[in-house]
Amino acid sequence: MAPKTNLAPKDYKYGFHDVESNIFKSGKGLTKELIQQMSHMKNEPEWMLKFRLKSLETYEKKPMPAFGNTALLSELDFQNIHYYVRPSEKTEKNWDEVPEQVKNTFEKLGIPEAERKFLAGVTAQYESEVVYHSIQADLTKQGVIFLGMDDAVKQYPDIVKKYLGTVIPPGDNKFAALNSAVWSGGSFIYVPKNTHVEIPLQAYFRINSENMGQFERTLIITDEGSDVHYIEGCTAPTYSSDSLHSAVVELIAMPGSKIRYTTIQNWSNNVYNLVTKRAVAYQDAAVEWIDGNIGSKLTMKYPAVYLMGKGARGEVLSIAYAGKGQHQDAGAKMIHVAPHTTSTILSKSISRDGGRTSYRGLLHVEKGAEGCKANVRCDALLMDEASRSDTYPTMEINEQNVSVGHEATVSKIGEEQMFYLRSRGLKEQEAQSLIVNGFIEPFVRELPMEYAIELNRLMQLEMEGSIG
Amino acid sequence: MEDNVLLKIEGLHASVDGKPILKGVDLTVRRGEVHAIMGPNGSGKSTLSNVLMGHPKYEVTAGQIVFKGEDIKTLSADQRARKGIFLAFQYPLAIPGVPVAKFLRMSVQAVRGKEIPIIEFRNQLKEKMKLLEITDAFSGRYINEGFSGGEKKRHEILQLCLLQPELAILDETDSGLDIDALKVVANDIEKSRSPERGILLITHYQRILNYVQPDVIHVLAGGKIIKSGGKELAQELENKGYDWVLKEAAPAVA
Repeated sequence: MAPKTNLAPKDYKYGFHDVESNIFKSGKGLTKELIQQMSHMKNEPEWMLKFRLKSLETYEKKPMPAFGNTALLSELDFQNIHYYVRPSEKTEKNWDEVPEQVKNTFEKLGIPEAERKFLAGVTAQYESEVVYHSIQADLTKQGVIFLGMDDAVKQYPDIVKKYLGTVIPPGDNKFAALNSAVWSGGSFIYVPKNTHVEIPLQAYFRINSENMGQFERTLIITDEGSDVHYIEGCTAPTYSSDSLHSAVVELIAMPGSKIRYTTIQNWSNNVYNLVTKRAVAYQDAAVEWIDGNIGSKLTMKYPAVYLMGKGARGEVLSIAYAGKGQHQDAGAKMIHVAPHTTSTILSKSISRDGGRTSYRGLLHVEKGAEGCKANVRCDALLMDEASRSDTYPTMEINEQNVSVGHEATVSKIGEEQMFYLRSRGLKEQEAQSLIVNGFIEPFVRELPMEYAIELNRLMQLEMEGSIG
Repeated sequence: MEDNVLLKIEGLHASVDGKPILKGVDLTVRRGEVHAIMGPNGSGKSTLSNVLMGHPKYEVTAGQIVFKGEDIKTLSADQRARKGIFLAFQYPLAIPGVPVAKFLRMSVQAVRGKEIPIIEFRNQLKEKMKLLEITDAFSGRYINEGFSGGEKKRHEILQLCLLQPELAILDETDSGLDIDALKVVANDIEKSRSPERGILLITHYQRILNYVQPDVIHVLAGGKIIKSGGKELAQELENKGYDWVLKEAAPAVA
């Protein structure tokens, strides 16, 4: 196969692709037959096939979202997507067993190296399937379960059946229904009572084919008094036509437990990233979404925390970067159901070269949820006149005795700031990078060091690439 | 003495948003000299400092700015910085999230045109901070964020000491400081004097000249230097205000 025209801008270093050597690749478009076929290939239990088919019906009935960038959304051609691509026979525990070319891709992305250095477990997904999976032996001994979602369905059907789709029902929205029908891959994590997973677990999602649809499904449950930090990263080759990534992520934090979920999304600029992420936090539990959106064509993602038990805490800390042709429609939702719950949202966005960022948020306080504290802050940085940023905050406060703070700022990269830095010898792009790095610092400092360095480097590349 | 000339400004006209501000400034600064430029509000003092540093908002419409024998008026601010010009800002800007130490190292590297190992830089920074009696914690703070007026000005002088420019322009470094902070900053400026360096001290008030001794004092008004003299001129301005100089130079200003 001749290499395709590579439209990757020179600064997107993950834009390469492999020659395809899949075991199975569905034709374009989604049908009931395909879902039956993939369920059969996966050797799934009957209840899962039923779940899928019912979700497919829901998907077909659901309208497209009426908010966000509806013009870009309407360009998404559902008939031009390969919904299931199976790169290998099964999930391997040893990198040497992973097909050579797939393994090489992950080598290039630095995954095995990161695993050796600072991760307690890794899931590596290529196209529709988890091709590699590992977890440190001592975690297994403590009863921590970390598996590809497909394996979890077979090995822990009772837990999966009990919780899957309870936080995000298939009928929640069109893309949640789509994912529920055609999901493949993703992670399953269960952390037993009072168990602390000190080192992060990571999943890495890679799309290789053109017009690929990736629909991973992730479910994380922390039992009472336990905690875990899960990190996900994503990249794809740059093609001239679109791919679709539509994940569903459900988190369940039992009383007194804590989940931190970190995402560094760096899809190529031809990927639609339409993701539903939601958590429930019971009494005194904490859920933190650390959400970085650098890549993709259009992202629509609003991580949510339902604060169900007294003393529960939710936090969303996010950054979005939109360059030329990109729209990051990101945000957060905090639902205070129980009294004395707290939530914090800090959203930072950077737009340049005509890029567009939106903050879309919901803060909801139920009647009776007294003594809640909620704080929302959105800062947008515009790098030039052509770029755009919008804020759509919604507040539904149904209880008197609460403390709510909201602040939004939009700043243009100032001529005076630039002059100050340039008068100290810094060239235009060095000065811009410095201002941007400073702007995202509150986000970066929450990342493990290796990711912080990588993110700063990424942002620098974005700055350099666009000045030319 | 002509080879000791560091900066020669000739017939400098400059405007901002199409409005002429400088209307023919002539000024020569030699190495080792400290020149004070005084003048009432709106006389063009800050415009002069911004134009010398290369602020993109200001347009030079006529004249020359010759620095070390080269007309620099088309160079960008960063190019001028690398040639050895420094401007201590009247209102230094905050850059949130950027630690002082990181910024200073980038700046020193940019101006010197070479990489400086982090340990070596830290030692240099510590030494200068000690010299200026600045506490260690300062270097970990974000640029000018939450700084007091005095801290901002001292941060500017710290940069001056690190960057070792040949021409230092201090734009109202004395403004907004109480007398104790003023003494400290003036003392810092005195420490930055060198036979290799020319200093342009731009000020509205005479009081800083009690602590920093300039070689020449100029009065800028209406976009021109209308009078130059020694220390006694500053005292006269302090006692009588600017009106008499303006009257004396009335034909020139008009």
